[in-house]
Amino acid sequence: MFKKILIANRGEIACRVMKTARRMGIQTVAVYSDADAAAMHVRMADEAVHIGGSASAESYLRGERIIQACKDTGAEAVHPGYGFLSENAGFREALEAAGITFIGPGVKAITTMGDKITSKQLAMESGVNTIPGYTDVIDGPDHAVEIARDIGYPVMLKASAGGGGKGMRVVRNDEECRDGFERASNEARSSFGDERVFAEKFIEEPRHIEIQVLADNHGNAIYLGERECSVQRRHQKVIEEAPSPFLDEATRKAMGEQAVALARAVDYSSAGTVEFIVDAQRNFYFLEMNTRLQVEHPVTELITGQDLVEHMIRVAYGEKLSLAQDDVQLKGWALETRVYAEDPFRNFLPSIGRLVHYHAPAESDTVRVDTGIEEGGEVSMFYDPMIAKLITYGENREQAIDNMADALDAYYIRGVSHNISFLNALIMHPRFRDGRLTTNFIAEEYPDGFHAEDVPQSDTLVPVAIAAVVHVRQADRAAEISGQTRRFERHLRRDWVVIANGHHYPVTVNAVAHGYEVGHKDHIYRVKTDWRFGERLVQAEVNGRAVTVQLDDTGAGYRAFHRGAEMDLLVLTPEVAELTRHMLEKVPPDLSRFLLSPMPGLLVRLSVAEGDEVKAGEELAVVEAMKMENSLRAVNDGVVAKVLANQGDSLTVDQPILEFS
Amino acid sequence: MQDNIARLREKEAAALLGGGEHRIQQQHLKGKLTARERIAILLDEGSFEEWDKFVEHRCNDFGMPDQKYPGDGVITGFGTINGRLVFVFSQDFTVFGGALSEAHAEKICKVMDQAMRVGAPVIGLNDSGGARIQEGVASLGGYAEIFQRNVLASGVVPQLSVIMGPCAGGAVYSPAMTDFIFMVEDRAYMFVTGPDVVKTVTHEVVTPEELGGASVHTRKSGVADLAFTNDIEALLRTRRFFDFLPPNNREKPPRWPTDDPANRQEPSLNSLIPADASKPYDIKEVIEKVADEGSFFELQSDYAQNIVIGFIRLQGSTVGVVANQPMVLAGCLDIDSSKKGARFVRFCDAFNIPILTLVDVPGFMPGTAQEYGGIIKNGAKLLYAYAECTVPKVTLITRKAYGGAYDVMASKHLRGDVNLAWPSAEIAVMGAKGAVEIIFRKDIGDQEKIQARTDEYQEKFANPFIAASRGYIDDVIMPQDTREKVCRSFAMLRDKQLENPWRKHGNIPL
Repeated sequence: MFKKILIANRGEIACRVMKTARRMGIQTVAVYSDADAAAMHVRMADEAVHIGGSASAESYLRGERIIQACKDTGAEAVHPGYGFLSENAGFREALEAAGITFIGPGVKAITTMGDKITSKQLAMESGVNTIPGYTDVIDGPDHAVEIARDIGYPVMLKASAGGGGKGMRVVRNDEECRDGFERASNEARSSFGDERVFAEKFIEEPRHIEIQVLADNHGNAIYLGERECSVQRRHQKVIEEAPSPFLDEATRKAMGEQAVALARAVDYSSAGTVEFIVDAQRNFYFLEMNTRLQVEHPVTELITGQDLVEHMIRVAYGEKLSLAQDDVQLKGWALETRVYAEDPFRNFLPSIGRLVHYHAPAESDTVRVDTGIEEGGEVSMFYDPMIAKLITYGENREQAIDNMADALDAYYIRGVSHNISFLNALIMHPRFRDGRLTTNFIAEEYPDGFHAEDVPQSDTLVPVAIAAVVHVRQADRAAEISGQTRRFERHLRRDWVVIANGHHYPVTVNAVAHGYEVGHKDHIYRVKTDWRFGERLVQAEVNGRAVTVQLDDTGAGYRAFHRGAEMDLLVLTPEVAELTRHMLEKVPPDLSRFLLSPMPGLLVRLSVAEGDEVKAGEELAVVEAMKMENSLRAVNDGVVAKVLANQGDSLTVDQPILEFS
Repeated sequence: MQDNIARLREKEAAALLGGGEHRIQQQHLKGKLTARERIAILLDEGSFEEWDKFVEHRCNDFGMPDQKYPGDGVITGFGTINGRLVFVFSQDFTVFGGALSEAHAEKICKVMDQAMRVGAPVIGLNDSGGARIQEGVASLGGYAEIFQRNVLASGVVPQLSVIMGPCAGGAVYSPAMTDFIFMVEDRAYMFVTGPDVVKTVTHEVVTPEELGGASVHTRKSGVADLAFTNDIEALLRTRRFFDFLPPNNREKPPRWPTDDPANRQEPSLNSLIPADASKPYDIKEVIEKVADEGSFFELQSDYAQNIVIGFIRLQGSTVGVVANQPMVLAGCLDIDSSKKGARFVRFCDAFNIPILTLVDVPGFMPGTAQEYGGIIKNGAKLLYAYAECTVPKVTLITRKAYGGAYDVMASKHLRGDVNLAWPSAEIAVMGAKGAVEIIFRKDIGDQEKIQARTDEYQEKFANPFIAASRGYIDDVIMPQDTREKVCRSFAMLRDKQLENPWRKHGNIPL
């Protein structure tokens, strides 16, 4: 076996590959950019080599530096992870020339599958279902119409070199087709420098289902079931699962066999993924083949019990596949959600910054967290803002979903925005629970974006009961303070009112063995918890059910997060609760209309533009004074009406920088 | 006897009603609670012992003899907050708009005198239209009697003012001399002269809120320490704040049980200081991660934000924190931040509260505005406060400690008891670039030479080791161990004895 391998990647995938390598007794070498000098993958590796600047183009995409790092450290092989150089044939060739093994498929597979047209041609030749269409380059608008009529509308026009939704157009008649062709080829030219466009049948109610394949250099190839990745937002996968709730055994087998046939046709070795689009009648058509390890590979690992990275390493070393098709058994259900540093309530704007507080859910037989970051880590502007992949397992789909909901509750992230509430809302959605998915699921269910009202309110009494218990414990502790006056010792109260988002819940809280009984109306909530003062995650058993509520102290009260929903809570005595009716609704504060420079200095960055919606706390501008950068943040929510100063301007004190509307 | 009991019941009932049901209703409609409702929230349930319920004013002019209310517009007495004794007065806006009469003032003075004798804090809930004009000079005399007691109590028992309504004219000077002022947003305002007088004299047109509302005093003037959204929040937070305070200047701060281990490690602090020295970070993260249970009660959070002050607990007991904030003005010291820090240090010193100082300071703020404003004497206030202070002082330098500002921030030379530094600390006269431009002035045109010299200076001085080699720093610690080191230092200092030479009082550069 290899003695030492280099992982040409960063973040969670680098860490994930290292875990397997370490278990196999292989030494690991990390590479890193300036921005990643203190990153987890660097500390996890046995050795680490700095390869350049923070931008990917100056580091993780610099093949020659990675090869040099291999030479310097004596790494015999390179695992490329996903993204970066993972599907770069030139890099693979250069490695080979340097006598270093690439842990991935051969050049032929990478190049053939890297091009949409050649891959589709090969698929057709290998007996793989392809979407009816015209795989040659279309000559012009008239030719496009002719072809579209041949295929039958609706038809999709696509850039040959495309990806990520760029250069794609759905057309439903001749007129749209002419217009769509022009636009698609223009976009293709500007985005990819390659204006070739092809056409294919547009599939309605499409699902994205992909087959994991594994092949070695000895002619063996197998498939490890499918993954359904239909839950996508703008062509980015959000939730993946295995198996698919939609496939039957016959379709699975047919898809698997076609995927293997395609792998054989390109002399595939290593792990790869054949992506299919599946229509409502379970007709499936080849989309593309990804010649690398996929982001969502863990769901396959959980239901097959296989370590795909280990297979990749062994195959690359020249070993034969250690399992045959018949050995592959799918067991249970696995779900993956991608936890991103982005604000779902603000059109998924990426959020960068320091993870001031970060606690991932505890890993177990049913919970896996693939992450490359920890508390104090930085979500950097240079890379994809994914924080982690959260993967849960269950004996069936329902259990896997329930485990996911529990795990999301326990995911505590502060310092950057995150999409936990969005993920929670998705897995709670009845349509998701029913498995009625298409790749348009998110677009159809949240047509105007995602809003706080879209978070389903589940049992609010859980956070209410938890807050009551926490408050009573705090009150009881405060009654133990030193220096009390005799005859005035505190009487501890048992009746309270919890005000949650404005609604009054009268409760009684009584200490019982191993916990508390919280009574509300005719219900008793038995709360058992080992919660300690200051913990922001309250893990408890409420009436025998394990729950996790995130509870932040807001000074006079608490802010709870549970099942993706946020709730402001006050725990008061009934007498004080009664007096709250006199309190007036807070008049929205006078949004001070200008952002003024608080000091003389240089405006080094304007972080917003005219028309931008800003939230309180968001960075608006950076002013450099005394050689230090000062981040000016929004005090209130608002909209930027006018930008009154330019980047690079020298500012005086109180000079207006922005005007809000 | 029976008659008197009946009269007692009658008077008690009248006292409970204050200015009457109609005025109580008016008070509620304005979103304000009554004086008694406020006391009920502030104090432990059933703990309030009222005094002077039957006091009435003695004014014989302007038809006043016909308008008498038992208590005369202020409720006074004592009670407990979490079992700890506190004296309270709560002005009743429903009686003559809370206007201060001679009798009203006497009631306040009585509780203040008693608080001094027994060594317990005083909390005033202010809601008063001002002087009882009908009484004339007797009312003014009343104010002055209160001022005198505020001053005598200062540094003997903690005094707290919660402004829950108007507080105007001479009346403002009583809260001004207490230790802390909290205000209720949209309901409280404080000014020496009101909008009408301002208009007559300076022709400025201004609303009471713009002239002296909570946001003015918590952001611009720094007069108030905190603002809260309503009466209930203000009173609940005041209770929490009270839990930090010692009862008087002879006793140690209170303590309560905690299960937060003193040796809790915080590995995330190791990555707090950005690699790029010009990048800011939030010093409050250090405070919260060092504090018991992550809990920090910040004061003056919206004013002079380049310095952060407030209370935490370490191993259950109160510690005052003063920290430079690199996020704002690079954490430099200017007039406002020096005054803010100095007053807080003196409060802690007066009441035996140990002080934790976190240092990341590039120096004093330059500029004409600062010099003309008297940064010399104002900056000296913080220096004076630290130098005079005898309570346990633990100092941690996280990054920059440059120039005179290094000296000021509880340095070893100002009797710092334990002075710690992170490996990222740079203790120097100034930043490398500035230093080189002075030492090697003749090379200024030569970019290469200057760069080499700057690198040399940076290498030599941008670290904690030179200061440590002289013993100015007791230990260089890993950030993750900060809580343990700080807790142990304060534990060691628990019985520290240090006295300044006797004098009538020092002469702080006011």
